[in-house]
Amino acid sequence: MSDTHAQTVSFVRDSMLPPEPPPAAQAGAIRWLRENLFSGPLNILLTLVGFGVLWLVASTIWPWLSHSVWNAGSMAECRKIIAATWGPDASGACLALIKNRWNQFVFGFYPSALYWRPVLAFGMLFLALAPVLFSESRSASRRVMALAVVLTFVIAQILGAPGMALVLMALAMLAWVALIELRPGWALLASCLYPFVAVWLLWGGSLWSPAMALAGFVIGYLVWRALSRLGMLAFALAVLAAAVWWLLLSGWVAQALAAALPLRLQPVSSDQFGGFVLSITIGVSGIAMSLPLGVILALARRSDLPVVKMFAVMFIEFIRGVPLITLLFVASLLLNYFLPPGTNFDIILRVIIMVTLFASAYMAEVIRGGLAALPKGQYEAADALGLDYWKAQRLIILPQALKISIPGIVSTFIGMFKDTTLVVFVGLFDPLKAMADTIRASFEWKGAYWEPYIFVGSIFFILCFGMSRYSMYLERRLKRDHR
Amino acid sequence: MKKFAFFGTVAAMALAATGALAAEGDTLKEVKARGVLNCGVNTGLIGFAAPDANGNWSGFDIAYCKAVAAAVLGDPTKIKFVPTTGQTRFTALSSGEVDILARNSTWTFQRDTDLKLDFVGVNYYDGQGFMVRKDLGVSSAKELDGATVCIQTGTTTELNLADYFKANGMTYQPVNIDSNAEGEQQYMAKACDAYTTDASGLAATRASFADPENHIILPEIISKEPLGPAVRHGDNNWGDIARWTLFALIAAEEYGVTSANIDELAKSSTNPEVQRLLGTTDDLGKMIGLDAEWAKRAIKAGGNYGEIFAATIGEQTPIGLARGLNAQWTQGGLMYAMPFR
Repeated sequence: MSDTHAQTVSFVRDSMLPPEPPPAAQAGAIRWLRENLFSGPLNILLTLVGFGVLWLVASTIWPWLSHSVWNAGSMAECRKIIAATWGPDASGACLALIKNRWNQFVFGFYPSALYWRPVLAFGMLFLALAPVLFSESRSASRRVMALAVVLTFVIAQILGAPGMALVLMALAMLAWVALIELRPGWALLASCLYPFVAVWLLWGGSLWSPAMALAGFVIGYLVWRALSRLGMLAFALAVLAAAVWWLLLSGWVAQALAAALPLRLQPVSSDQFGGFVLSITIGVSGIAMSLPLGVILALARRSDLPVVKMFAVMFIEFIRGVPLITLLFVASLLLNYFLPPGTNFDIILRVIIMVTLFASAYMAEVIRGGLAALPKGQYEAADALGLDYWKAQRLIILPQALKISIPGIVSTFIGMFKDTTLVVFVGLFDPLKAMADTIRASFEWKGAYWEPYIFVGSIFFILCFGMSRYSMYLERRLKRDHR
Repeated sequence: MKKFAFFGTVAAMALAATGALAAEGDTLKEVKARGVLNCGVNTGLIGFAAPDANGNWSGFDIAYCKAVAAAVLGDPTKIKFVPTTGQTRFTALSSGEVDILARNSTWTFQRDTDLKLDFVGVNYYDGQGFMVRKDLGVSSAKELDGATVCIQTGTTTELNLADYFKANGMTYQPVNIDSNAEGEQQYMAKACDAYTTDASGLAATRASFADPENHIILPEIISKEPLGPAVRHGDNNWGDIARWTLFALIAAEEYGVTSANIDELAKSSTNPEVQRLLGTTDDLGKMIGLDAEWAKRAIKAGGNYGEIFAATIGEQTPIGLARGLNAQWTQGGLMYAMPFR
């Protein structure tokens, strides 16, 4: 080619032309539209149909939403206001229902003077989780903690927490933040204490009952440490010691301590729980317990010990083969026949146990997928380093397997959180159906149909979307490999 | 290892339960020791049981529970309301989770015998009816041949509907719904020509519509739904207390004893039946393990049967139910309390 040019080109340009803007059809919004929406006859058609559907949906919902009424005492009043404002044929959302009854959607029948307690428990949840969830980034952790402290304080004040409680709350949360900032090692221990504090805040009663439950774990741990050279026997003895403590001694000691120093909050019974307080209580405890249980089950299922493996397979397949509702019915109804009359086995505790078992079976399979995805070389490398089984799992295998499984784990969490609405079938007041139906059973709000669904649905969306965004953040943060 | 322990525990619990069931039986003692009456109620049925914004329950069935609590414990507020669903209600009662079930449950043969419940009486005679839009031009259920009907699944109303159409040689197209709210929504959206449920529920539903004048409730009542409180089989004394508390409320209306004049009548009434009812003469309460003034407290808790009816579901309330079958026998109804003697 070059030799032809040598003859035909008569001159060589020696100054550059200024760059021209691209043609209008190849730049900006027009180009984007052409490439993404109108690139061919089929896409043009699909775009038009898509817009048509969107328009249809929006034009149906928008008038209803825009004709919403926030200030009314009943459905009838709502209808009157809508008819008076937008004409007799207009239909509108009666969001006054949400305004009047939002507290029941959120707190159920929790005594309104004590609303600050679930709020504080929820706020502290973020303090407990921040060092764990945001261990990769101090700044993110700080932002979350600051937001949690400020919001908890403000919301508790709006909900009318007494001044003394507000002061103690602020002190406790600030002290905890200081601990996390100054002694990160101790902060993890504080996170381990959180469940007991949350139980005390939510259910009230004597502080000594959850404290004695905690003491059982401490006793078990101490026995295990003291006898650790005995191997598995030490573990069995530790479990035994803890069991003896819980079953025989703890009630008595708790009573004695309560008599000496009564640290009591007004007790709230389980049947006063409802709405999102109930859903989040069940959801968070299920999530927190199903992950470790799932890891153990996944490891057991891949174990070389046939008995361990068989039990893991049986458990997982049994739980996965049975619908959650069946397990809930067993928890709420069948157990009552087995337990001696007069035994008070808390219904929420029963539901939490069943939900945890259910989620852990799914979790185990998700994590097993992560374990299976690891190249065999990783296992062999761990062996070659001379690590024993638990060290190999803890230092080499699980960190990688869990990272691979993050999307599956978070999906299981989200699914389980949404499944908590199924507790409606055992007579607990979930926010979506039981609470909505109960509120419709009062004459003022009979006839409201979409409003509760929309309200509860949007809160669920916010919570689930939050979890999903967090999982994406975590995946980005942990992306250390060459991919 | 863990598994075996679990099964062992279950087996031990089953054994303990068998022993316990045999020993069980004194509900009155249990309730008194506990200091709280566990009353199984609906999770929310307009007029019969519903909590308000502060979580205080009220309604027709609730008032009965309060009367029992007042009779047994002397305080109508010493109740724990246990909300039960259609599926959990009877198991909750027979497993001992609740002491008494006042949850608009229909008294049927199978429930009374096979499910081992004892219905202690009827506090509301209901029946299944139909609601249609006026522009459908139907004035009798007999004209509903070929109609689409919104019907709640898994209830006795579903079976009644099938029976009724079969008996009259008609066909219908069921539109299955899950709850009252959904049924109303489907009916309003014209997914069905007729909506069928208990007549009390229909009246409440119609009253809550934006345009009640455009809907009519057809005159036919196609089933008998005697709703009443129930207790467990086997504890007859507790059943007596539940039954006679209900009778006390009904009798009080018959003799004109109201929550307003009850103290005065207790002192001054010359009617021997009233004197016995209120414990002024004879100690009827002792025979059921209570004190002499049990019925007086029960009536005082929420008024007599007529007062409760008027306050919760009667014609003055938005639900606006007429007494009908639920009037006193002296007024042409079916409410008939056995003699207090």
